[in-house]
Amino acid sequence: MSQIHVTTKINGDETEFLCGPEETLLDVLRDHLGMTGTKEGCGTGDCGACSVTVDGRLVCSCLMLGAEAEGHEIGTIEGVAKGDELHPVQKKFLDHAALQCGICTPGFLVAAKALLDRTLEPTEEEVRYWLAGNLCRCTGYDKIVRAVMDTAAELRGA
Amino acid sequence: MALDDRFHNRDFKVVGNRVTRPDGIDKVTGRARFGADMTAPGMLIAKVLRSPHAHARINGIDTSKAEALPGVKAVVTYADFASAHAPDDDNLVNCMAKDKALYDGHAVAAVAAISTAVARKALKLIEVDYEVLPHVTDVDEAMKPDAPVLHEDAQDESVPAGTPKNVVRRYEFGHGDVDAGFAQADKVIERSFRTEAAHQGYIEPHACLASYGSDGRADLWCCTQGQYAVRAMCAGMLGMQASDLRVTASEIGGGFGGKTTVFIEPVALALSRKAGKPVKLVMERSEVFRASGPTASTSIDCKIGMTKDGRITAGRAELRYQGGAFPGSPVEFGAMSGFAPYDLENVQAIGWDVVTNRPKQAAYRAPGAPMAAYAVESVIDELCQELGLDPLEVRIRNCAHEGTLSPYGVTYPKIGLEETLKAVQSHPNWTAPLGPNQGRGVACGFWFNFGGNTCVSLNIDEDGTVSLSTGNPDIGGSRASMSQMCAEELGIPYDRVRCSIADTSLLGYNDVTDGSRVTFAVGLATIKAAQDAIKKMCGRAAAIWGIPEDAVEWEDGCAKPAGPNAGEHPPMSLAEIAAVSSQTGGPIAGHYECNADGAGVSFATHLVDVEIDPETGFTKVLRYLVAQDAGKAVNPDYVEGQFQGGAVQGIGWSLNEEYIYGEDGRLQNAGFLDYRIPVASDLPMIDTVIVEVPNPGHPYGVRGVGETSIVPPLAAISNAVSHAIGKRMTQIPMSPPRIVEALEG
Repeated sequence: MSQIHVTTKINGDETEFLCGPEETLLDVLRDHLGMTGTKEGCGTGDCGACSVTVDGRLVCSCLMLGAEAEGHEIGTIEGVAKGDELHPVQKKFLDHAALQCGICTPGFLVAAKALLDRTLEPTEEEVRYWLAGNLCRCTGYDKIVRAVMDTAAELRGA
Repeated sequence: MALDDRFHNRDFKVVGNRVTRPDGIDKVTGRARFGADMTAPGMLIAKVLRSPHAHARINGIDTSKAEALPGVKAVVTYADFASAHAPDDDNLVNCMAKDKALYDGHAVAAVAAISTAVARKALKLIEVDYEVLPHVTDVDEAMKPDAPVLHEDAQDESVPAGTPKNVVRRYEFGHGDVDAGFAQADKVIERSFRTEAAHQGYIEPHACLASYGSDGRADLWCCTQGQYAVRAMCAGMLGMQASDLRVTASEIGGGFGGKTTVFIEPVALALSRKAGKPVKLVMERSEVFRASGPTASTSIDCKIGMTKDGRITAGRAELRYQGGAFPGSPVEFGAMSGFAPYDLENVQAIGWDVVTNRPKQAAYRAPGAPMAAYAVESVIDELCQELGLDPLEVRIRNCAHEGTLSPYGVTYPKIGLEETLKAVQSHPNWTAPLGPNQGRGVACGFWFNFGGNTCVSLNIDEDGTVSLSTGNPDIGGSRASMSQMCAEELGIPYDRVRCSIADTSLLGYNDVTDGSRVTFAVGLATIKAAQDAIKKMCGRAAAIWGIPEDAVEWEDGCAKPAGPNAGEHPPMSLAEIAAVSSQTGGPIAGHYECNADGAGVSFATHLVDVEIDPETGFTKVLRYLVAQDAGKAVNPDYVEGQFQGGAVQGIGWSLNEEYIYGEDGRLQNAGFLDYRIPVASDLPMIDTVIVEVPNPGHPYGVRGVGETSIVPPLAAISNAVSHAIGKRMTQIPMSPPRIVEALEG
């Protein structure tokens, strides 16, 4: 099967890769590029563990072909912190104990950051609906919602 | 220094603080490595062929075409295990079907190939000659005399002669005379209940990487709740010595009991042995649903008698649990636990373990208890309703205390059930006003908790930090709690301790991360290992000072001279003793191993308000409160997290989650779209009250907290829904169609 050559930008870095026509962006990230921070929980777009951004839009990377990344900017969990400096939402997840096992955490952080990039004044209901595409089986979401609300409050200087 | 295990009251410096977990940065940056995140040079990819039939005889498997496909390096079937394993190993036959496929999804063969695409193609080339047999997936149907029989010889002597063969075990617990008790009652209610099977729903599918060397030794990396149990099971199935198999537990993406056994690990090892290369095997989500272990579905009759003033005179339950295609449903725990919150003179519980054509059940958080509590707590609620009594007052009147004889024969030591009931009674949620179509439910829950085999080592590093090695995968922040207890005992700051999870070559056998045992048992062993190191450090200081060892005591992280003959010496800190250790006898380590006892039973009371949409039957959870006895909360953030997570799993099970089988015996909802677990927008905040009644069996008073929180929700929500709609609900989950049916019925 012939491979497709793709040029894209991942977390700000120009990246080229070859992938099969059937391979998802998630396969490419994990199996070709070694970026295993993005997780596979279902492969059918139901759990959100594989959340990435494509040109700033929140996407399940298991539902997008690797070849479709051509010319787009991809954001993954590995790009949420800037070097050693955690993004405020990462810090708040730790402060609020908003994770237990941690498998869903990368997806939640990518999704939460995408929300906070849009608004710093989300209501609890907005946070809950924005994150409804991300499954967490450990926490019951309470501490996750608090962490996101608290991040928003900090970022707007409240 | 106190040398006994018993609780002594003390002022804690580190324990009880909301510290940040040591693996936190890795988990929020994507650096943490879970089961599927590992690779090896030359690695092959494996896929499993699974039965499309619920019940079928396997007359033959032809793998020749698959083996001939370019890129295929190995194909295995049951025959590849046959020479090594012990006969009648249910776990092996569950991992790879022997002469019959026993459920939809049962593994029949597996392939290792150079890529996923080749492995998938090879699966299609394997020819299995199935003879389809009649099947049964319902627990009550499976108990009937004319039901299709799964195993001719699985029934044991606990079952009365002549009982149909799918009924494989019988259990009975209780004391007193229930008939005499019912005769004293002013009101007796008997109801029949059903609960459907739920899956643990961990977000990380089972995953492993096996590497079997030509010297007969192997390494296995996998997501598991217990690397030692995986080693024992896999070594047995592959005919290996335990010491020839090193199992390393990856970070684990949830388990809830479902990762206490093996499904794919022996298969990956067998493929690696045959191919001579490392093999990675990761389940797809549909395989997790079809072929890992959900919990049992049940059918329960429950009868309780009560006096007009709210005294329970007798309770009786008959519980039927199907645990899939092999013996081992958790009905024994159900029969032991249902009435366990109450001080009863007359109680009897009978459990029947039943096999059906479903996947072999695995433990799910307090296995067997939520269903039994659902039946008991529902009948108590209905009695309160009928007699016009306050459901909290009735529970306070009947609840178990220190000295109560439990229905399963144990007399309780100090417990905190009444404290949880009173915590709910004084919480604002108890008096919050309710509107139309709203209802309030309360229920109690119990779990045994466990101690078990535990082995811990710690090294006092030369710079005065401490490396702690434990043998239990950290599934929800336990490295933080272990480090806290270690730091507490040694008298040093939390950030000087680093806790690592050892592979199987480094420590003695540790039981799996189950039974809410880790914070209790591994914590106990950690404290003891720290005491062992303290004794040695006191000895080193004594040698330096030239005084007897017993003239040195440990206080605030320092050795100090003590007693009349000790002399005047400035205290030596842990770091100072460590710095000169090479001159005083070499490195300093502490160690402890035990089969921990005294886990301390656990109780909780939950309170929930719901609102029903009468048109659609949809249930909205308005408020939820968990009050549970933690003994001593080592890290309150993560104790609350256990309360909240268990409650929400219970909410999902109560309202939505169920295994749905078609007439053909196939699972119809093997994905997160159709098996819908709660999402953030389904829920309110989950309020918590941590009750602390110290466990007399632990030096810091710790009780396990992980499981009890899933026990009360089924009943609490069912009671709330029943009040909201004015009809008694008797089946879980109360999905919208069932509520509409009840409203119209």
